[in-house]
Amino acid sequence: MRPFVYERATSADEALRLHEDGAFYLGGGTNLVDLMRLGVEEPARLVDVSRLPNGEIELRPDGSLLIGAAVSNSDLAADRTVRESHPMLAQAVLAGASGQIRNLATVGGNLLQRTRCSYFQDADKPCNKRNPGSGCPAREGEHHNLAILGHSEACVATHPSDMAVALAALDATVHVQGRDGERTTPLRELHRLPGNEPQRDTVLDPGDLITAVEVPPLDIPSRYRKVRERASFAFALVSIAAALDVEGGTVRDVRIALGGVAHKPWRALRAEEALRGAPAIGEEFQRAAEAELDLAEPLRDNAYKVPLARNLIVRTLTELGEQS
Amino acid sequence: MDSEVTPVHTEITLVVNGTEHRLRVDTRASLLDTLREDLGLTGSKKGCDHGQCGACTVLLDGRRANACLALAVAHDGAEVVTVEGLARDGRLSPLQEAFIEQDGFQCGYCTPGQLCSATAVLDEADRGWPSAVTGDLSADPVLDDDEIRERMSGNLCRCGAYMGIVRAVREAARKTETEEARA
Repeated sequence: MRPFVYERATSADEALRLHEDGAFYLGGGTNLVDLMRLGVEEPARLVDVSRLPNGEIELRPDGSLLIGAAVSNSDLAADRTVRESHPMLAQAVLAGASGQIRNLATVGGNLLQRTRCSYFQDADKPCNKRNPGSGCPAREGEHHNLAILGHSEACVATHPSDMAVALAALDATVHVQGRDGERTTPLRELHRLPGNEPQRDTVLDPGDLITAVEVPPLDIPSRYRKVRERASFAFALVSIAAALDVEGGTVRDVRIALGGVAHKPWRALRAEEALRGAPAIGEEFQRAAEAELDLAEPLRDNAYKVPLARNLIVRTLTELGEQS
Repeated sequence: MDSEVTPVHTEITLVVNGTEHRLRVDTRASLLDTLREDLGLTGSKKGCDHGQCGACTVLLDGRRANACLALAVAHDGAEVVTVEGLARDGRLSPLQEAFIEQDGFQCGYCTPGQLCSATAVLDEADRGWPSAVTGDLSADPVLDDDEIRERMSGNLCRCGAYMGIVRAVREAARKTETEEARA
């Protein structure tokens, strides 16, 4: 590992001041420290933002949540308010990583974790995300768990977060402090599709610091479900965050986001549009899922994800419809 | 030496198993390497060094964590409990005894991590923390075998002593409950 200077920030302003070229913000370190050990990242300076005074979860009078970026994944999932008000979010966080990792990992770091594509994580291999222009061996190589939607010639990586999938379905916004002050970004626009610049996971600029995540109220049944290669402690092959509101047998509102299928949490807007005002029955859920997955461009070894995603959508909506 | 590869050192304080230590560490040093190499506490094991196996699990400020992923410098001032600190006054903890009684290990390499992790599992369940297999998130979870397996999934055992580990955690949870009921 390359030597680095360590600085601990006590405020967001100080964090930005300490951040200079070649610096990385450090949250729980569960991904970054590993990437440094693998030689994938070689920061000259770490600015520790895990002790900033934004480690609280606030339930606001309108039912929305303001979640500080330094809140640990464990504290978010264990929070009684979150469990009652936004069960899909607690379920998504609990579906990720292990108990040990969730204790260290922060909300901000969870959003900014990097893909687990095996070529990205192997510093000896070409990878357009790690080394732009070097090529993407995953397209022809080991890609059974990589993207089926929105990928490019340059990159077929997936975003690994479960939490971000729930936040995409919930229309969360991200509070960012940057060189020009504070701003908010819809979570759905935080992560990018790879296009010709797969090295950019997000729209953030160097030095930008995520300070909080704001989650609008949710008063309809919701759930997060994840399919993986073992029962626990594995990344998603496909996951879904869904919420459904049915009245008189008709879909009034629906949110669907998919994980494990794209370079960003994939909000299934086509499926949602097909369902609004439609009868809340299996055939319609199936039709909507297929409308979304018509966009899929599976690779040689990951076409199984298309029916998997379809079945996950149909089953989860059916269950939510029974609760509604 | 090229300035780019000059190690950077810094002073930190760690309270490990109740004893305060003032240490000079390389900023790159993991908490695991610091415990093992600087403090001679070799109970915590280096399995994968990537947070995937759990052999390095310690209690960090009361919570289980992978010591291999924690930079020592980032945890200046922390209280750490390692497997060496689980026994009290020469007596094994109820969980340690249960691991012996229930055959919760074979070669023993993963055991320190299993023990620290399971110690935290009991505490987390006590505080009402849910897991991915908790059906009703609004209720307090009950540590049945499915819950134990899910909560212990961050600790691998290559000997495959999982059956015994689940029994040991279940037994320790039951003993703790009985003791609490008596108290």
